Amino acid sequence: MSRYRPRTLALELSMIAVALLVGFPVYVLVNLAVRPASDNSSPISPTSSPTLDNFSQAWQQGALGGALANSLLVTASSVVIVLAVSSLAAYPLARITARWSRGTYLLVLLGLVLPFQLASLPLYQTMRDLGLLGTPWALVLFYSGLQVPFTVFLYVGFLRAMPRDFEDAALIDGCTPLQGYRYVVLPMLKPITVTALVLNTVAVWNDFFTPLLYLSGSAQQTMPVAIAGFVGQYVTDWNLIFAALVISILPVLLIYFLLQRSIINGFAGGLRG
Amino acid sequence: MTLAPNAQLPDRDHSPDPAPGTPPRCARTTPPWWFMAPALLLFAFVVLIPSGRGLYYAFTDWDGLDPDFSFIGLDNFAEMTRDTDAVQAIWHTLLIAVSITVVQNAVGLLLALGVNSAIKSRNLLRVLLFAPAVVTPIVTAYLWRNLLGPDGAVNSLFGAVGLDGWRQDWLGSPDLALWTIVGVIVWQYAGYSMVIFLAGLQSVPQEVHEAASLDGAGPVRRFWSVTRPLLAPAFTVNLMLSIIGGLKLFDQVYALTGGGPGHATDTISTLIYKDAFTLGEFGYSIALAVVLTIIVAVASTGQYALLARSERAAS
Repeated sequence: MSRYRPRTLALELSMIAVALLVGFPVYVLVNLAVRPASDNSSPISPTSSPTLDNFSQAWQQGALGGALANSLLVTASSVVIVLAVSSLAAYPLARITARWSRGTYLLVLLGLVLPFQLASLPLYQTMRDLGLLGTPWALVLFYSGLQVPFTVFLYVGFLRAMPRDFEDAALIDGCTPLQGYRYVVLPMLKPITVTALVLNTVAVWNDFFTPLLYLSGSAQQTMPVAIAGFVGQYVTDWNLIFAALVISILPVLLIYFLLQRSIINGFAGGLRG
Repeated sequence: MTLAPNAQLPDRDHSPDPAPGTPPRCARTTPPWWFMAPALLLFAFVVLIPSGRGLYYAFTDWDGLDPDFSFIGLDNFAEMTRDTDAVQAIWHTLLIAVSITVVQNAVGLLLALGVNSAIKSRNLLRVLLFAPAVVTPIVTAYLWRNLLGPDGAVNSLFGAVGLDGWRQDWLGSPDLALWTIVGVIVWQYAGYSMVIFLAGLQSVPQEVHEAASLDGAGPVRRFWSVTRPLLAPAFTVNLMLSIIGGLKLFDQVYALTGGGPGHATDTISTLIYKDAFTLGEFGYSIALAVVLTIIVAVASTGQYALLARSERAAS
């Protein structure tokens, strides 16, 4: 990098100003979440007598513990399933060069363009007939299929750029194809698996439309839907709502700051995939 | 690279010799087709079959419940051209997608260039500026809904720095609400574009810049002639992500304005939701989804073809 000049200092200061502007909503969020309802001063002036009461009240009244557990269950199960089936499927899709294999791959890629709004209404009816509506399993099933095209796309791209010698050696050495996949191919897929893990986790955890449809009216909610319900219920009690928002953001940001390097690389990794 | 649980692999000495007549260096071994089966079954059940059925329902008057519905041809689509709400929603969707694509990428690129400089806080800034992109959109949208209210923090901030004339009813004014939504999206995802541009920028070797600099190229010329062509793949990814994300936008509109005031910010996605679940017009709603599908398909393949061409031209 070039030397630190006065111009660099000016750039540094303006970048920090931008970061402060981006962070401004977070300041207000925390500032109002710790403010008692009786305090009517301006939202940007620091709260004079902060309290944590809003948090315990929001936690209990919003049933946020249950929502957090549901979100964890849905996200963990869907992501594990989608990574397993997609990496397994990508192996022959990347290696078999027959026309039917290429055709199948193109069919899977079609899923990247189809907006889920098209499938979600007919699928709503199927889920209802199967008795899955209102259960987290409807969501696990949904994400396990919905995320296949994108995840297969990442894996196939990575596999095609990878030499075949190791897997060939394993198969010649008498491994069954499944063993070759499990002990040779899968370990070599680790970098792209991290990318796929990060992108799928964020997509599933943050999704709102699908649980709004498939869990509506049920006591089982994921975090985004529980928050929407909470906002609808406590319309004007913004201090309480902000406490609920903080509770829902906190685990996400905590994990983000702990694993920021892998997460940012995961997002940027889609570029090379 | 570790081929870790070696113990699980059969020992070479015990494996059967290749049958006589086969060449010692075995022909390429291919994994069996049935490895694809679980993923394909899930994909067919969740995406392919329901989308196919959706395509069919778009030509019916199905209400979501009644098994008795009839095929009505193109009636749903003809109805759409007369439905001002639908025409408006399609227009809003296109407007939002295009504005997000332009503004988010312009801001993202500037941030990336800033973070890719010699400044000391670059690592911290990268982490902070990207942070909004991982937070649940519905949650940030509710936060902004309060901040942008008439007595919210944004107007208070303008008041505090003497810009009283800038105070607005950001989400309540039909003329402003759509642009306010675009602003919230840019706030959340400019850091995402930045990270992808940054990955592209870091693939530009420093020596190339130095060589150009020795040849007398100024910063603008160096960006245009050296950096920009090498950023082409990052542009492709970023533009595709933002245009597709913008076209499918639902969560932020639902939380910020609910499509209002009136129908001033309805997008195709919010209209699909309202028509299906509050009006029970599933057939019509799915016809809207078909229109969305066509727009997404045309926009993404068109853009991809265009960008692939300029990527080739740049390299």
